[in-house]
Amino acid sequence: MTVLTLATVSRWYGNVVAVNDVTMTIGPGVTGLLGPNGAGKSTLIHMMAGFLSPSSGTVLIDGEQVWRNESIYRLIGLVPEREGMYDVVTGWAFVLANARLHRLPDPEAAARRALDLVEMSDVSGRTIDTYSKGMKQRIKMAAGLVHDPTVLLLDEPFNGMDPRQRLHLMDLLRSMGASGRTVLFSSHILEEVEEIADTIEVMVAGRHAASGDFREIRRLMTERPHQYTVQSSDDRSLAAAVIADGCASAVELVGPSAAPSGRIHQAEPGELRVQASDHGRFVHVLPQLARGSGIRLFQVAPADESLESVFSYLVNR
Amino acid sequence: MNATVAQLTVRTILGRRRALLLLALPVVLLGLSLIVRASVGADSRNEVTVHLLGAFALATLVPLLGLIAGTGAIGPEIDDGSIVYLLAKPVNRHSIVVSKLLVAIAVVSAFGAVPVVVAGLVLDGTTDRLWLGYGLGALVAGIAYSALFLLLAVLTRNAVVVGLIYALVWETVIGSFVPGAQALSIQQWSLAITRVVVGKRAQALDITASVRPQIAIPLLIVVTVGATVYAGNRLRSLRLTGDE
Repeated sequence: MTVLTLATVSRWYGNVVAVNDVTMTIGPGVTGLLGPNGAGKSTLIHMMAGFLSPSSGTVLIDGEQVWRNESIYRLIGLVPEREGMYDVVTGWAFVLANARLHRLPDPEAAARRALDLVEMSDVSGRTIDTYSKGMKQRIKMAAGLVHDPTVLLLDEPFNGMDPRQRLHLMDLLRSMGASGRTVLFSSHILEEVEEIADTIEVMVAGRHAASGDFREIRRLMTERPHQYTVQSSDDRSLAAAVIADGCASAVELVGPSAAPSGRIHQAEPGELRVQASDHGRFVHVLPQLARGSGIRLFQVAPADESLESVFSYLVNR
Repeated sequence: MNATVAQLTVRTILGRRRALLLLALPVVLLGLSLIVRASVGADSRNEVTVHLLGAFALATLVPLLGLIAGTGAIGPEIDDGSIVYLLAKPVNRHSIVVSKLLVAIAVVSAFGAVPVVVAGLVLDGTTDRLWLGYGLGALVAGIAYSALFLLLAVLTRNAVVVGLIYALVWETVIGSFVPGAQALSIQQWSLAITRVVVGKRAQALDITASVRPQIAIPLLIVVTVGATVYAGNRLRSLRLTGDE
């Protein structure tokens, strides 16, 4: 049972703050580190793995400093995001070298076990430069698992894997978490994290945006106000109808239709931006409100379905 | 010394086409030696030997091999991130550096010092001990260059460029115009060793070195040991970042 503790950790490069005052505890089980690209996930994982010193704050593993402490690698298995490996050696030689570097009592047996675990035994005689991206990912996994670590840190482990390999890795991580190991993996894909993580840590723009049980965070994400852009034959009247109904908390007229409707130029349509407070009701009543007011709907589109906007909402709550 | 680190380093240095590149330089030296042997008369052969082994072998071949082997022992792994597989292990960082340095020294010896010895024997036989003087000079220079350039590869991603500037611009160009610069030159330190080995005939054969051996030997040791220890320290604090 190994615990990773980050206390008020920040990391900056010159004037750029990559990780800003993050405090979190990663315990046994599978934890998903979720956030859009550039959120600071890799920086955080590199600090947890002892490959980057925090500019301030502390990173501890079972109470021991991680930075400049080689002995922690008996506990940690790392699967980096970068693909650089010893391309000219075979998969077998690479995993065996990792086992030997850990000074395992029976490195050959450990390498065989790790290769079996990631289903790479059959092709382990080929040099790494002949592997596909998914195969390289699995060889990296084998190298990270060869010493049976109690902490496994994986940076975007599902990149480049096909659906079958992805399911296999998910099963593997789940079983490692269930056996009491501390597994942390980063991802920018919500569904991956949802599939396997017991707990989730959300990073946005270097800040720790949310933490805890996945279902709770998922609920927050689902219940957040949704924004829509609407184009219609009379945006102003439609805005009034939507506000009167109460399904929206705010509306905004943008562009030419902000002028009285009779003077709208056909070639330059404006748009109505609606912040729906009750997302389910809004999509249900909008067509009815339009029809009741004799307004034609040209386009209704969600404006903020990107992951970034979901994360931003969590940060600003 | 860690045998696994050394094995991986051998594969990295000699992998792909780098081995051919390493082989090209000694082949040129040996080819030139054979041509000179066949075309130059016996009376002036030792002068030509001094010129070829001094100006080509010690001034160009050994520094270039040291640069390729020293930076190649660790630079590509830092560049592509594969060094993480060595560093994410409970292995002493100094032992990683020493293992890599020994491989680099073995490469420079095999492709540099040994061909210099062979070239010396082909060119001048054993009478003036030029084969031994230049061979030993090439060996100690190769060791010092390897340590220095390995350190450079840990310190900067531009190690090859900085190394080339040192080896070719500082030692060769600046050294020939600014006498003081020659005192800080691995090439000159190794020539001091060559002079000692060749002995009294060194003066007559015009083998010159800017520093005395009493200074050159400690400087060679300080540079080699200092660079190795410092590289180990820097490797402990090597910062690896992701693609973000």
